[in-house]
Amino acid sequence: MPARKSVRRQLRLLPVVPSVLLILLFLAAPVLWSFHASFTNAALSGRNARSPAWTGLENYTRLLSDAAFPASVVLTMVFVVASAIVGQNLLGLLIAGLMTRARKTVSAVVGTAVVAAWVLPEIVAAFAAYAYFSRDGTLNQLLGGAGLAGADWLYAFPMVAVVLANIWRGTAFSMLVYRAALADVPRDISEAALMDGAAGWQRLVFITLPLIRSSIATNLMLVTLQTLAVFTLIWVMTAGGPSNASTTLPVLAYQEAFKFGDIGYGTAIASVLIVLGLVFGIGYVRLLKGDRR
Amino acid sequence: MTTAERAARRATPGGVTSPGRRSARTPADAALLLIGACFVLPLLWLVFASLDTKAGYETRLPASASLTNFAAVLTPELLIRPLWNSLLLSGGTATVTLVAAVLAAYPLSRFESRFNRPFLYSILCGTCLPVTAIMVPVYGLFVQLRLLDSMPATVFFMAATALPMAIWMTKNFMDTVPVSLEEAAWVDGASGLTALRTVVLPLMRQGLGVVFIFVFIQTWGNFFVPFVLLLSPSKQPASVSIFSFFGQHGAIAYGQLAAFSILYSVPVLVLYVLVARGASGSFALSGAMKG
Repeated sequence: MPARKSVRRQLRLLPVVPSVLLILLFLAAPVLWSFHASFTNAALSGRNARSPAWTGLENYTRLLSDAAFPASVVLTMVFVVASAIVGQNLLGLLIAGLMTRARKTVSAVVGTAVVAAWVLPEIVAAFAAYAYFSRDGTLNQLLGGAGLAGADWLYAFPMVAVVLANIWRGTAFSMLVYRAALADVPRDISEAALMDGAAGWQRLVFITLPLIRSSIATNLMLVTLQTLAVFTLIWVMTAGGPSNASTTLPVLAYQEAFKFGDIGYGTAIASVLIVLGLVFGIGYVRLLKGDRR
Repeated sequence: MTTAERAARRATPGGVTSPGRRSARTPADAALLLIGACFVLPLLWLVFASLDTKAGYETRLPASASLTNFAAVLTPELLIRPLWNSLLLSGGTATVTLVAAVLAAYPLSRFESRFNRPFLYSILCGTCLPVTAIMVPVYGLFVQLRLLDSMPATVFFMAATALPMAIWMTKNFMDTVPVSLEEAAWVDGASGLTALRTVVLPLMRQGLGVVFIFVFIQTWGNFFVPFVLLLSPSKQPASVSIFSFFGQHGAIAYGQLAAFSILYSVPVLVLYVLVARGASGSFALSGAMKG
């Protein structure tokens, strides 16, 4: 009897199988293949495409000696910190905070505008951002209207342009997270603080922020991951240029693999990104686990 | 935006506003409107240029508004086939994802097992995998398996990338359906899957709709995956064909590019409004985020 019971228990898990297969075949296998290929000289075409040879750590030692890689790591960090951790996160919190005070209709209209940039297909958002920052674009028109000299943003300051574009594109996510979090903050707590004479910023720092700290942590983790993976926006706006001035890790991996046909080297860069993503992923899971205790 | 309304309603219980709050409203309104304007500005170009036959990159009111640009891109070759491919990819991906996610979520939600927690946490970890990072290895894998330029393979890959989040969301929606209803069905002799089909799924219709639309929107907007995996123009979705259009004609036909972008964006905007209206945006999001 107990044996039959345990078989029945196992059978209950049968419906999970299709999902597990899909994930193993299309997510786990590429990750493993990536680590494997990063130790070979696999190429896009030619002899090394058919029979790649094991080259050991060569791709990784090349990463360290190749000037493009450390530069790209720095650019990726600048991109993530400036556009996600500072830009999207703080602007999202600011908008959500303002919305608790503003009129209903104003919140609704502005919320729609912010969300629109986020819901649009990424390629369309990227075109709009490209037009906005281009030499004859809207930004320079505005600056000209204010009597200021414009610049050729995409060439002179490519990182500034892609960082601002990513803030524009992604802030909606943080805004939605913080709006849900702030709506859960009990009204009477902050009103009690108001009675005690706490100033606005004091209420924010000592009451509201501690109450929503788990949302802040979750949001930081998620926007970091999303921003780490941004490719299309940068690819359409600058294609990583001029001369690698905005080549973040996903763009670098793409270029090495597909432009220069070096799959082995491209997967080495991809592997670094995957490890980064997994580290953040494990951190995120720990955060949620700790939350529930 | 229903969420905004709800949040605002919560902020002023019973609609009673203290005088102090009312005076704080005007600066908040002004600041919000300023931020909103910054967010709208980049989109204005898209709208104006689409109506302007002589559009460039500057934002200006068209001298004479016309739908010529829309008419110019509304050809089978340029727009209809790519949109059809987008529909196939997105509909296929959303369907595969939803079916697999519902099947997986059911035992996870209903039966205690040692396997549940580790599985759910590795799934959650999977949601964090940067998909752009795995495109180079996926390309390599697809070459070896001879799956390159195959629509079904691309659909299954995109479903796999959407699955972790979809399973997580579906399980959370399923957890809200009380088990007692199914127990009645079990007593009547229904098997687990029959109970799922006849009792649980109808009760979580709305949640299923959210997951489906969520995956659909995500796939519809995805550029990088089909850009790498689908090579022949006859199979490419709108996101990729618009990019090659931009490369070939972009320098002259800004207006057509804008018109194309708008026609391609409308479906996801409509779907998003549907979800936001029906289930409220924060609800959909909290389904995805809360454990």
